Amino acid sequence: MTITAQGLTWGIPLLRLLAALLLLLAFAMLAQRRLLTLIHLLAWQGVVLAAGTALVALLTGQTELWLSAALTLSLKAILIPTVLHRLLRRLQVRGDVEAVLNIPLTLLAGIVLVIFAFSLAAPITALTGAVTRGMVGIALAAVLLAFLMMITRRKAISQVVGFLAIDNGLFFAATSATLGMPMVVELGVALDALIGFVILGIFFFQMRETFDSMDLQHLEQIREE
Amino acid sequence: MLILLVLACAAIGIPLLALWGDGRRGAALFIGFNTLTLLAILALAVQVLRDGAFTIDGGQFMVDDLSIVLVLVDGVVALSTAWFSRSYMAQEIVHWSLSRRRVRLYHAMFQTFLTTMLLALLTNNMGILWVAMEGATLSTVLLVSLFRTAEGLEAAWKYFILCGVGLAMALFGTILLYFAAQKVLGHGADALLWTHLEAVRGQLQPQVMAIAFIFMLVGYGTKIGLSPLNNWLPDAHASGPSSVSAVLSGLLLNVALYAVLRAKVLVDGALGPDFAGRLLMGFGLLSLLVAAFSMLRQRDVKRLFAYSSIEHMGLATFAFGIGAPLASFAGLLHMISHSLTKSSVFFSVGQAVQSVGSREIQRIRGLLELSPLLGWALMLAVLFILGMPPSGLFLSEFLIVASTLQVQPWLTPLLLLGLGVAFAGIFPRLQGMVFGSAPEGIARQPVSGIIPVFIQLALIIVLGTFIPWMLVQWMQHAALLLLHG
Repeated sequence: MTITAQGLTWGIPLLRLLAALLLLLAFAMLAQRRLLTLIHLLAWQGVVLAAGTALVALLTGQTELWLSAALTLSLKAILIPTVLHRLLRRLQVRGDVEAVLNIPLTLLAGIVLVIFAFSLAAPITALTGAVTRGMVGIALAAVLLAFLMMITRRKAISQVVGFLAIDNGLFFAATSATLGMPMVVELGVALDALIGFVILGIFFFQMRETFDSMDLQHLEQIREE
Repeated sequence: MLILLVLACAAIGIPLLALWGDGRRGAALFIGFNTLTLLAILALAVQVLRDGAFTIDGGQFMVDDLSIVLVLVDGVVALSTAWFSRSYMAQEIVHWSLSRRRVRLYHAMFQTFLTTMLLALLTNNMGILWVAMEGATLSTVLLVSLFRTAEGLEAAWKYFILCGVGLAMALFGTILLYFAAQKVLGHGADALLWTHLEAVRGQLQPQVMAIAFIFMLVGYGTKIGLSPLNNWLPDAHASGPSSVSAVLSGLLLNVALYAVLRAKVLVDGALGPDFAGRLLMGFGLLSLLVAAFSMLRQRDVKRLFAYSSIEHMGLATFAFGIGAPLASFAGLLHMISHSLTKSSVFFSVGQAVQSVGSREIQRIRGLLELSPLLGWALMLAVLFILGMPPSGLFLSEFLIVASTLQVQPWLTPLLLLGLGVAFAGIFPRLQGMVFGSAPEGIARQPVSGIIPVFIQLALIIVLGTFIPWMLVQWMQHAALLLLHG
């Protein structure tokens, strides 16, 4: 992929800025107790992602990436957060605030994960040109932070938010580090995300029906002898 | 064109079963579509036999000696499962009073799962392979929680989250693969095609490929059930309908291992055979041992055999890691024999659990007295899964141990320990379940769904005694392909 010299002067720093925002949002999610705000943060991550994809589309002139950006914006920034928001209200998850493990400690663990991600990505970064330097590391860090969030939460909805945030990190890796995966693959991934989300919705109602709660503590009955 | 025909036969069933998949009609349609698919697969196999490996549609779809063997097993197990599902589900529908909508959901999701399995095996695109694996996970989540019990929901949630996260890792690996491929093949859709990647595998950046492979191994390894990422597997197998357990063990685990093998061929070219091989051997042996010891303390019959699946997949993974042609051949034979045997075990176990009304091993007694057909089916299937001659698993396990002795002799004791403990975990329980007197007050139920077990058992004996020449030829070529590309 070729990027014009003009694009290099302003486009790449802007892409780096978006990457930094993505990471910042991942940290904010890790520290957020309120489920509602968590969903808003997820939506903002979707916006950043769509902006990043659009920027890459502009810089490289791949028309299909515009489609991908539009898809990201409508799916990850608007549709999924809205549905989650409504689910939260429909299911009336008791207590908007969730008991989380020690937040400062979690954030410290997050910092360690970011360092780990950067060191893991270092050999890859060394091979690439100036354009996408550091992107793989940031994307991997965002993925691992979302993973950490999933581990430390107990409510089903925040686990799903973590799951979607992992997806966001991966998507960022796909668009910014590789400057766009093949279209057929991207469409497939988007389709899977959508179907997965629908299935989760069905699943939430089943859970609600059976347990009358969305707390995962009810899901601890299978014990090994 | 036959590749597309196979996929079309399977895919057309999804909307039709979603619309009309209830009652007797639904079960008949389900069997019908899987019969059609199997016929298309047989035609495809004949073409592969005549022409060898080929790609179509600009290289997007591919069939070669490795995939055709697995596609064939896929077709056979899918049809047997459809047959078993008819009488099995008829009883379950009554027992759980499932609504017509839920039965349609069951059939449609099941067909979706079978389609994604075929797509994963027949696509040439590593990205689409991932999409198909994710599709397989999504379509089986609601099947695991079909009965809406607390236990089923928990298992399905665990399955969804663990496999979702695992597959996210595999996607990251695929992105890194594309990242490495871009440097050689350029930007565009062709850079993820396996045949293209394989042609230039020596030029791919070793550092990137190493990290990509680790991510793909962890990701798809979650689906294979490799230890320590196997937590979802026993729960999902135990809680879902037995027809679902049969295909989870029989098809899904194999296809996940297939994905790892495709990645292994690429990384071998970039890094030499030792890197991926050692990882596979380590994970395989660990899974084998962990699963074998876990079996000793199981009280739930379906969990017991779910752990047995982990054990067998661990053994197959180990075999592919050894890196000798004989071991790879044995690994493939192990995969297909396990597929046929384990699905037979789950058919008969499912029928037994349904008759007795409990999954507890201690409460399942005297099956031979209750129903000789069922008793024999369970006994033979379980003896075969233990690797008794003349089953295909005996031959494959023998070959795996033999080539371990040749290549990595110091690992043989560990391997034998795992196999021995697994035997001790299952065999004593089998006697209790099959012999003795049946518990009082159990009505005899129709066991016509058990018939495919005997057909599959016959196939397994064929695999263990006299493997048809075309299978031998395919597996030999595939074993060489796995080693030298």
